[in-house]
Amino acid sequence: MNGSGPITRRGFVGGAFLAGLGGSAFAQGFAGLSESADGFAAVVPDRTFAFPADHGPHPQFRIEWWYVTANLTDARGAAYGAQWTLFRQAIAAGGAQEGWANQQIWMGHAAVTRDDTHRFSQTFARGGVGQAGVEAAPFHAWIDAWEMRALDPMNDDNIAPCALKASGTDFSYTLRLDAERPLTLQGDGGYSRKSLREQASYYYSQPHYAAAGILTIDDKPIDVTGMAWLDREWSSQPLAADQSGWDWLSLHFNSGDKLMLYRMRQTDGQHYGSGKWIAPDNTVEMLGSGDIVMTPLTVTPIAGRKIPTSWRIAVAKMALAIECRPLNPKSWMGTSFPYWEGPIRFEGSHTGVGYLEMTGY
Amino acid sequence: MKRALWTLAVLLSHWRRHPMQLATLLIGLISATALWSGVQALNQQARTSYDRAAAMFGGTRTAMLVARSGASFPQQLFVDLRRAGWPVSPVLEGRIQIEGRSFRLLGIEPVTLPAEVGDAPMIGKASLQSFMTPPGEMLVAPETLADLKLAEGARPQANGGASLPPLRVQPNLVPGVLVVDIGVVQSILKMPDQLSRLLIGKTAGRRTSLESVAGDKLRLIEPNAETDLERLTDSFHLNLTAFGLLSFFVGLFIVNSAIGLAFEQRLPTLRTLRACGVSARMMNVVLMIELVSLALAAGLIGLVCGYFIAGALLPDVAASLRGLYGAQIPGQLTLKPQWWIAGIAISILGALAAAAASLTKALRLPLLATAQPFAWQQAQRRWLTYQSALALAAFAAAGCFLWFGDSLITGFAVLAALMLGAALILPMLLEIVLSLGQRYARAPLGIWFWADSRQQLSGLSLALMALLLALAVNVGVSTMVESFSRTFLVWLDGRLAADVYVNAANDEQAHEIRAWLRERPEVEAVLPGGRADTQLAGAPLEVLGLPDHATYRDNWPLLQSADNPWIKLRPGDAALVSEQLARRLHLSVGDRIEVPASGGNWTLNVVGIYADYGNPKGQIAVNFAALTRRFPEIPLTRMGLRVAPGKIPALISALQEKFALDDRNVADQATMKAESTRIFNRTFAVTAALNAFTLGVAGVALLTSLLTLANSRLPQLAPLWAIGVTRRRLAAIELLKTMSVALITTIFALPLGLLVAWCLLAIVNVKAFGWRLPFHVFPLQLLWLTGVAMAAAFAASALPVIRLARMQPASLIRIFANER
Repeated sequence: MNGSGPITRRGFVGGAFLAGLGGSAFAQGFAGLSESADGFAAVVPDRTFAFPADHGPHPQFRIEWWYVTANLTDARGAAYGAQWTLFRQAIAAGGAQEGWANQQIWMGHAAVTRDDTHRFSQTFARGGVGQAGVEAAPFHAWIDAWEMRALDPMNDDNIAPCALKASGTDFSYTLRLDAERPLTLQGDGGYSRKSLREQASYYYSQPHYAAAGILTIDDKPIDVTGMAWLDREWSSQPLAADQSGWDWLSLHFNSGDKLMLYRMRQTDGQHYGSGKWIAPDNTVEMLGSGDIVMTPLTVTPIAGRKIPTSWRIAVAKMALAIECRPLNPKSWMGTSFPYWEGPIRFEGSHTGVGYLEMTGY
Repeated sequence: MKRALWTLAVLLSHWRRHPMQLATLLIGLISATALWSGVQALNQQARTSYDRAAAMFGGTRTAMLVARSGASFPQQLFVDLRRAGWPVSPVLEGRIQIEGRSFRLLGIEPVTLPAEVGDAPMIGKASLQSFMTPPGEMLVAPETLADLKLAEGARPQANGGASLPPLRVQPNLVPGVLVVDIGVVQSILKMPDQLSRLLIGKTAGRRTSLESVAGDKLRLIEPNAETDLERLTDSFHLNLTAFGLLSFFVGLFIVNSAIGLAFEQRLPTLRTLRACGVSARMMNVVLMIELVSLALAAGLIGLVCGYFIAGALLPDVAASLRGLYGAQIPGQLTLKPQWWIAGIAISILGALAAAAASLTKALRLPLLATAQPFAWQQAQRRWLTYQSALALAAFAAAGCFLWFGDSLITGFAVLAALMLGAALILPMLLEIVLSLGQRYARAPLGIWFWADSRQQLSGLSLALMALLLALAVNVGVSTMVESFSRTFLVWLDGRLAADVYVNAANDEQAHEIRAWLRERPEVEAVLPGGRADTQLAGAPLEVLGLPDHATYRDNWPLLQSADNPWIKLRPGDAALVSEQLARRLHLSVGDRIEVPASGGNWTLNVVGIYADYGNPKGQIAVNFAALTRRFPEIPLTRMGLRVAPGKIPALISALQEKFALDDRNVADQATMKAESTRIFNRTFAVTAALNAFTLGVAGVALLTSLLTLANSRLPQLAPLWAIGVTRRRLAAIELLKTMSVALITTIFALPLGLLVAWCLLAIVNVKAFGWRLPFHVFPLQLLWLTGVAMAAAFAASALPVIRLARMQPASLIRIFANER
């Protein structure tokens, strides 16, 4: 039973803004996501993925996202993080309509993180008129002036090379993403169950991006290089009613291995963990609830909440025992639907960098 | 403390013995507070709704982009600007009719709408989904829902037949506005992919320059702290405020004389109290406490009265503002706490100001009173000279304002200085007239009559000034209203020259109606009409198309023109310009203007200037055929018909039946005129009401002054009675004296009033509205006002005179013996 942590971590955002519920209350977001999926397409096993078509939107499903996180360093070795996210949510079933009647809302989040600062921005758009959208081929995802765009020669199986850009009032970035290895279907052939019940999503990732480009903070440009990770996920009803939040990680090991794992925090106290180990040769190892031990180490007070920003993570099956520290414990996304998301580094049995997202605190 | 309480009790006992005095004091304070706060309530109400309008979806509080031509522009520009980093949100605006009533239809895009521009469904609000998901929602103010006589959730039908989204109440909306999702509005208005403007959100970010994205198609409008409506309606509110202020001062005259009387009468008591050991300081503190408590009580009552006055005037004010400026004011008064506090404060401050003289006197009261000044004449001469000098200074100031001033405020300053000067010079004028009378009088009683009138002047002068001001304002305002009324009716005859007016629902129906009308023998001419909206010099401009027809040539009210203006209009390179626009842009016949039109700028020669009363927008009139060439997109749904006399009602009912037109879409000339006149009359209903209030307050001021005077003058009358003049005779002389000073005041008020009217017509109106009305004098009206003033004076002097006539001889003896 492979969980699909990412779907829930991002689902809360998508779910909450679509259901039109208040920003801060995660419980309300859950309520929105655990509504019945009447009228929307259901997520069923044994789907055959086809690229580039599946890079594009699936408007018959309620929610969907294109999610890139990047761990970067400048010439002097200082670390940075960059986040680029495009969410889609349908406010009515029946697929996308023409023009303003489109019934799809798009939301963009972008952030850059340095050890002493965290900048973020958000924007919203309505589908159907061209302000935001995604085209499968040539791949182009955009909202306002932010975009992720295919560059020549595009390899659809690698979803690379791409150009990524976003800007806020006090930051901006443009990155080039290259990948030599193909994307990975998460869960069971891209069918990612999210609970022991029937909730599930379609989910694939490209964890192998090499990133290079320019970050600008307060009008000071910085040349950066590093690694990036793309998540693609869509569903109609991804959350269970008894889930209160989640802690999700994507890790780039110095060895070239990648690990995605998360734990769902449930109201009954039975935290549910799941993950997937991706070796450099793209062979995978699924991790179940019993395989993962996640222990919070330090708690950072932010925005009136207490957020565990350092973790000890152990996966005995893979001989993994690491401690993760945030690049900047104040990586708070104070958007309409707030959460913590920022770059981390880890040491112990393995070393490397990654991204951590925590919601529901 | 105890001593202070006792002193207060002694002082208050005076009012128990003189309830009439207490009543006049309270009436003065109440009427001052009531009128002032009533007017303030009206102003506040109007300003609040202007703010609501301005804050809403692209009022003047938001920076925005509009098409350079003033017309709509393609939606792609919105997408292009967003993609270039501009935080813009699209708006499409139009008008639709429901049940024959016209509404402003606003299409908004809630997802990008900047949070600061209005209380709309937004991201994170539960209302977003129902607003955007079919059938959507139509947000309206509670007032609009009541106007439509529909329940929430009902789906009204537009006149074109389109079914509108279900209604939902949004309490903060402005009445008369329907807010619907932009996509729905594009289809209702049949303007697919078109926008009226783009609101710019406050988020600063990197954005490419406007020109590189939109070329020269769009123009940036910076947010303006003062709303358009505020600017337009300034004159109206200034007018109301001026009336409120006038009434306030007239009310204070009453308070002043009532307090003066009470003080005179309580002098012996005050002396006794001082002799009993009450210090001057405590006396003053107690007097102050008494006054403030009275002012507090009167202020509260005044505020309640003010609330009712405002409530009673509000419908007329709202109608005026709607008719004159298109401003929507809700019919329900909502008052802020500041209003109550300000009202009480103004009542207390007013009372203190009015009592200042008396209080100072009490402070300096010597323990043993000196005799009253017999050398009054000398004192009065000094006082008269001093006042006259002040009056001359005020006149000089008025002259300066008139010469150098060029704004509405200086217009009102001219008026204020003029009236102040006139009020100050009044006692001197009366003194001159009365001393002339004295010089030519021969009988001793006659000489005494004139001399005594002169002596009374200082006591009466404040009340007479109040009367003078109230009368002058009355004369001025009624002359202005009458001038306007007469001019307006003549003008309306010229403007509404066709016999029947038809407004079709759309171009197809208009086409059918025209075809049908051509078959009717009684229709002598079908005059097409059309109007385009554009911008000129940063302000909206209406371009009116007039067909080349004798109906217009013979009737259109031209103020100035070149030779054969109508022939010059034909080629389409000339225009007639409205008076407001000509004044604003300093245009005269022979000038050229550039008007943005659909296909580029349109150069027009000004060949005439016409009156366009009551229109807040600038307007030009061009040849109709030329208008349709330059603005091909305008609807051609309006037409005027010339119809054989006697056949009009039949034609109208036939039209209504055949094309399902209601009263609002087909009307005969008489109905249109009646409607316009009705709106016009309502415009001045408030002015008339305030006018009457002010005159009433002036009458009360005169009454209280006379009452005050009657008491203090008994010592002068008692000797005459002792000499043998009967009480009846004395009373008749008193009445005659009052009436004659009132008459002199009135006669002086008439030319002053005409001067006020001239100022209103030639300065204030021109600045406020942009048009100048011809000045007419209406002698019958002046006569009527003189009568009213004399009646007021008679009524005011009746009570003291009757009291004198009925006074017990014993009282007169006592006065004769005791006082002097």
